[in-house]
Amino acid sequence: MAGNAAIDLTSPPRQEVESVVIRFAGDSGDGIQMTGGRFTDVTALAGNDLATFPDFPAEIRAPAGTTYGVSAFQINFGARNIKTSGDAPDALIALNAAALAVEIRDLKPGGVVIVNTGGLAERNLRKAGLEGNPIEDGTLSNFRVIAIDISKLTLEAVKNSGLNKKDALRCKNLWTLGLVYWMYDRDRQPTIDWLNKRFASHPELAAANVAALNAGHAFGETAELADGITPYTVAPSHFAPGEYRTVHGAEAMAWGLMVGARLAGLDLVFSSYPITPASGVLHALAKLKHFGVTTFQAEDEIAAICAAIGASFAGSLGVTSSSGPGMALKTEALGLAISAELPLVVINSQRAGPSTGMPTKTEQSDLYQAVFGRNGDSPLAVLAARSPSDCFDVVIEAVRIATKYMTPVIVLADTYIANAAEPWLIPNVDELTPFPVEFRTEPEGFHPYLRDERTLGRAWAVPGTPGLEHRIGALEKDYDTGNISYDPANHQRMTDARGAKISGIADDIPLQAVEAGEESGRLCVVGWGSSYGPIARAVGNLREEGHLVSHIHLRHIWPLPRNLVRLLRGFDKILVPEMNTGQLLTLLRAEALVPAEGLSSVTGKPFRISEIEEAIRLRLGG
Amino acid sequence: MTVETMEPNLTPKDFASDQEVRWCPGCGDYAILKAVYKTLADIAVPKSDVVFVSGIGCASRFPYHVSSYGFHTIHGRAPSVATGIKLANPDLSVWVVTGDGDGLSIGGNHMLHVLRRNVDLQILLFNNETYGLTKGQYSPTSRVGTVSPSTPMGSVDYPVSPVAFALGSGARFAARSVDTMQRHLPVVLKRAHEHRGASFVEIFQNCIVYNDGAFDDFTEKAVVDDTQIHLEHAKPLIFGKEGEERGIRLKPGVIELEVVRLGEGGIGIKDLLVHDETNRSLAVMLAAMAPPDFPMALGVLYCDPAPGYETLVRDQIEEAKARTPNGDLNALLREGYTWTVG
Repeated sequence: MAGNAAIDLTSPPRQEVESVVIRFAGDSGDGIQMTGGRFTDVTALAGNDLATFPDFPAEIRAPAGTTYGVSAFQINFGARNIKTSGDAPDALIALNAAALAVEIRDLKPGGVVIVNTGGLAERNLRKAGLEGNPIEDGTLSNFRVIAIDISKLTLEAVKNSGLNKKDALRCKNLWTLGLVYWMYDRDRQPTIDWLNKRFASHPELAAANVAALNAGHAFGETAELADGITPYTVAPSHFAPGEYRTVHGAEAMAWGLMVGARLAGLDLVFSSYPITPASGVLHALAKLKHFGVTTFQAEDEIAAICAAIGASFAGSLGVTSSSGPGMALKTEALGLAISAELPLVVINSQRAGPSTGMPTKTEQSDLYQAVFGRNGDSPLAVLAARSPSDCFDVVIEAVRIATKYMTPVIVLADTYIANAAEPWLIPNVDELTPFPVEFRTEPEGFHPYLRDERTLGRAWAVPGTPGLEHRIGALEKDYDTGNISYDPANHQRMTDARGAKISGIADDIPLQAVEAGEESGRLCVVGWGSSYGPIARAVGNLREEGHLVSHIHLRHIWPLPRNLVRLLRGFDKILVPEMNTGQLLTLLRAEALVPAEGLSSVTGKPFRISEIEEAIRLRLGG
Repeated sequence: MTVETMEPNLTPKDFASDQEVRWCPGCGDYAILKAVYKTLADIAVPKSDVVFVSGIGCASRFPYHVSSYGFHTIHGRAPSVATGIKLANPDLSVWVVTGDGDGLSIGGNHMLHVLRRNVDLQILLFNNETYGLTKGQYSPTSRVGTVSPSTPMGSVDYPVSPVAFALGSGARFAARSVDTMQRHLPVVLKRAHEHRGASFVEIFQNCIVYNDGAFDDFTEKAVVDDTQIHLEHAKPLIFGKEGEERGIRLKPGVIELEVVRLGEGGIGIKDLLVHDETNRSLAVMLAAMAPPDFPMALGVLYCDPAPGYETLVRDQIEEAKARTPNGDLNALLREGYTWTVG
């Protein structure tokens, strides 16, 4: 079944579509995330805009064939600007019965479902909790079904590879990918190159996977598919000129930290403890030692932040990263960094809570924790990234604020952002504006809490500097000497100074822009973090219909931009969609005294565009 | 830490800060502070290259009283902060001051890991077998039956031995001294400073308010000859008053130590164990000795250097830089698949 160009002549004509959402699903051992990653690469190279949503179980290898072991990867790609990973998929690829059982409920009516009939044996159906075979019992009657025994066809395709049956069957994700490449007119070569590199030390595995990929593709070219099933083309998107790549949130954070440290003129010490979904940043930086990055896998979350604080005390840029439960453990040390007034960047890739919650599922429910969650009056700066590539810019901004104001800065990302990918116009690092740190070296008039008159940041004097020996700590300091002080008036003064320092950052950040729509009016949708995509698309869709609705999206959560209160007060209604039960909502009501309303979704998945549209319509109609 | 930048002829009092010391009158911490000043003057590291890091507790006020750099951090976490300091600047001489509660209770996990990683730090654990700053509750080193505000009927849990803990954690240097031993303590501290890697020093410290006399059984002048053995590398394990010397030997037939009287039953110096600082098994046995059956082993129980963690981390960075020189951030951001529009 080797590829033959002549066969294309007999293929049905391709239907041109503006954008497509497809979802790959299978067992957590089926290589679904890898399959999705490869599809993402070739789709980016085809010039489409895209957004992905990897959705996998917390179990590393859940028992095979179970519904809780289903791993999925969704990609939305198109000729138009893509803002989310898509609501309902247009096509579902289900490699086993459990995947079909779990994922079919999201498929659009009339959508295409590719089912591996080789995964629907009686035993598989039972494990998936299905009473009958979905292909026969009418479950799939609303969809266009491509039922193929992918398992069998894969075994045939790789029969000369010398692999045993178990290993041969593991190539079925590549067979399926080949078929999907044919359906959406993707180029196989980058994936073939990737496989050859990935399995360089096992050429037989590389050859088998390539054979499976080609066989799946050839199947599409030659087989008579069911009625109404045609292959598609998706034209390239209109991007601004420049060099692009796809980037995941975790990579963008890692690179942003390196570039931020470079712009500050500091060495980077990244200290972290493994936790889902934040470990990706540690992994990315650990590979970059040749850039002089020091990474430290600490014994626990507390040690991780404390080592970062120690590194900052000694004149490096200390950074730590975690997720909700780990952030809880770091809380006391955050207070130390606030009291010692040392620069520190803390990245929180939020996940569904409370407690351990749903470690691999996304949520944005740590805003209270970031802004308010410490003992004492303990202000710090909080930023939020809206998308994978935005992490790069937000982290650099965090480094700038941390070093300029001698303060910890929390960056809020989330599971979705950390794992998802999107195209990124790669910046030229040499064109970014440096913000070099100046350590104190002059002993004359020095004390450790000597503040810059403008920023209120204290002098950063690094051990090893002669003449500036000093002691700092978590006890209250005297404003004028930095020595321990229990003086009542001094505590008031220091508390006020720490507060004024953080609120003063508002003068050093951009005024809040209105993302879409008018600067005042009937309704404004205010969001933060990864709900950017669905809110932007929902507001965009309704504006295209002629509705007057605006969108404001916050990067600076604390302090808030100076003009935000004025902007909010210009709208009759304010809607705040959040993947929590109303945390930014509380903050905005308290700070702006506006009657904002919330839209809460805590399903572990990103917002659907349609649910935000519906909420907007409800308010516009009222 | 170069010879050129050394400050000549620093005296102990040059290391005193301008801050009033606020420990209770008669506290053993004063004596330790004095011994540390003397040590710092002796080792002649520039003040600006010295950092004292502490957690929470009476002992942890220590950095405020040394005129070097200092960081008084949070409860139990000094080893972690100190690790970060060494990762950022391995050339600094970093001293951790902690107590039995700070270092072995709330901070026990960090103590374990800083020792096994062998971070080049001097860790001084002031053991007073009580929680002084919170007014006298029993601590993880308190002996069974300790009556305290939180254990009015006496404590029932078994204590941890700091040096045994350190050895079990993989420490490559473990030593012991006593607050009031002003000739012995600076020598031990100097050895700790010379040792590359984590140096763990347990200092028996008298809490005059909440646990006065806790170590009298081996620190009272009248009993020291019979209850202390001062370890010296390559010297036989011998103690006791002149003419009544006793020694330590391996009990025949079992893996156990025993005290023997020299001259009795034909026992001579040749029958005694010879101290070998590089013998971990011996160190573990010596650490377990305690009055009344055995003398308390003081001095360097174990010293077997290996490269420090921060050195190995630096070495990997240098190796990576040598393998892939001239790290170019723009090139990094363009690794893998990229495509150009327009």
